[in-house]
Amino acid sequence: MAAELGPRAMFVAGGTDLFPKLKRRQFEVDSLIGLDFLPRAIRNGSDECVIDAGVTLAHASHDPHLNERFSGYAEAAGHVSSPPLRNAGTIGGNLCVDTRCNYYDMTYEWRKAAGFCLKKDGDICLVAPSSPRCWAVSSSDTAPMAIALGGVVTLVGASGERELPVTALYRDDGDRYMAKQPDEVVTGLRLRRSPNTRSAYVKLRRRGSIDFPIAGAAVAVELDGDRVESCRIVLSAVASYPLEAKAAEEFLKGRRLQEDVIREAAEIASRPAKPLDNADLSHFWRKRMVRVVVEQALARASDQQPGLDG
Amino acid sequence: MYANAVFTLSNKDVNQLHREALRDVERVVLTLDVNGEARQLLVPSHKTLLEVLREDMQLTGTKHGCELGECGTCTVLIDGKPQLSCLLLPIQLQGRAITTIEGMANGSDLHPLQVAFAELGAAQCGYCTPGILLAARSLLEENPRPARDEIREALAGNLCRCTGYTKILQAVELAADRLR
Ligand SMILES: Cc1cc2nc3c(=O)[nH]c(=O)nc-3n(C[C@H](O)[C@H](O)[C@H](O)COP(=O)(O)OP(=O)(O)OC[C@H]3O[C@@H](n4cnc5c(N)ncnc54)[C@H](O)[C@@H]3O)c2cc1C
Ligand code: SF4
Ligand code: FES
Ligand code: FES
Repeated sequence: MAAELGPRAMFVAGGTDLFPKLKRRQFEVDSLIGLDFLPRAIRNGSDECVIDAGVTLAHASHDPHLNERFSGYAEAAGHVSSPPLRNAGTIGGNLCVDTRCNYYDMTYEWRKAAGFCLKKDGDICLVAPSSPRCWAVSSSDTAPMAIALGGVVTLVGASGERELPVTALYRDDGDRYMAKQPDEVVTGLRLRRSPNTRSAYVKLRRRGSIDFPIAGAAVAVELDGDRVESCRIVLSAVASYPLEAKAAEEFLKGRRLQEDVIREAAEIASRPAKPLDNADLSHFWRKRMVRVVVEQALARASDQQPGLDG
Repeated sequence: MYANAVFTLSNKDVNQLHREALRDVERVVLTLDVNGEARQLLVPSHKTLLEVLREDMQLTGTKHGCELGECGTCTVLIDGKPQLSCLLLPIQLQGRAITTIEGMANGSDLHPLQVAFAELGAAQCGYCTPGILLAARSLLEENPRPARDEIREALAGNLCRCTGYTKILQAVELAADRLR
């Protein structure tokens, strides 16, 4: 159906991202294809968990199994937007949530007054006018955590079904940010862990009750005794896709999660993050805070102290 | 729902019908379960639940705020859980139980939350109150003895611009005591 209707049709799950954007005319569509038919179950195995794309964020954040075994993921789902929005918003919609930018997330009239930009109706980027691309920010809370937990999504489209690691779902482009085909629906997310995996998500935002992240750190650490066997650190809201801090992951391998090591790893993790002046609060401060959220997430994963937004 | 297609007149208004006919707006017949009553309606398919409640059903207790999911004043209960009516399409809600503030009292008997809010002065201008009462009712049904932080969390999506949050928290606690 989506393939037949073409670019003037969009999928809608909970509508909590799409409907405000339709009202601001950030998208103009002829048809909406409701995804209410998607299943809404969480299937738990001991080391694996499959979450249907139609599961609401509220359901995922309260699920006892997820809280016990994939606590970082349940935490990230519980930190998206606000309680009534989480009762409608889905985990599939959160993986596909649009990238954000102060110049783009305005009503049509405001955008017209400020001058349209590349992402919608215009031909330059207002944040980086000399750049040929859009730098809108990936703002999903659960996507970085899904990547840290080795997540794989199932996609179903006109040309059949396939699986894709969550890392490969995104492109480094604020405008065309999804790497999947437009007619492909995310139907489920599979997360994996070993018995020694610990995970945590720490999010920074202006109002703890509702706002999008302005920096976030998703970490999943696999311990061998008291040493890190492997680890994944993925940052939210600092690039056009969930940014993996590979150098910090390498640095942590074989080390103990103690205070000085965590501090150094967080410093290394924050280096590749280059927030631009297109989200809430100053981008200099956001850059400085990346180190802090990574430090808190690692400390949380090693069970030492609670995080910023908890 | 689009900025260029907002109809604020009542659907009985001839001008509006005329304009909608000219715009070739798609209409649908829906049956909605609102406050325990099955209601059949003919509405443009793009209208939000907030617009349908207020304009087509004259249930104006549900308030119209930011329209963008940020303020919570349009909160209704869908199958007992708070959701934002400004971001819901009625076409997706057939067969679900919709509760608005008009469905909170039992005849002329106010719900204990309403009584507590009135007694403690937990409503100032009252604009956020319908949404907050419904979110609080959903909380107390699930958790009859909420701690203050749990009340705060449950009401985190409902902003009060008069900022009388302390009274609101106290009123929810008082109602919870009386309901036990
Ligand atoms: C006030 C406010 C605050 C918010 N705060 C946050 C926040 O802090 N963090 C955050 O991450 N998000 C936030 N959001 C955005 C949104 O609520 C969430 O991202 C939510 O998870 C989106 O899910 P949904 O089901 O409502 O998606 P929808 O709005 O239905 O869809 C979002 C996008 O994904 C596509 N889509 C949806 N489901 C699928 C699928 N299964 N397959 C393919 N494409 C699909 C849609 O076509 C659309 O482009 C906020 C929104 C508001 C209004
Ligand atoms: S980053 Fe540039 S092109 Fe992208 S939405 Fe913002 S102003 Fe527009
Ligand atoms: S009017 Fe719906 S959240 Fe503000
Ligand atoms: S009482 Fe006025 S907005 Fe809450």
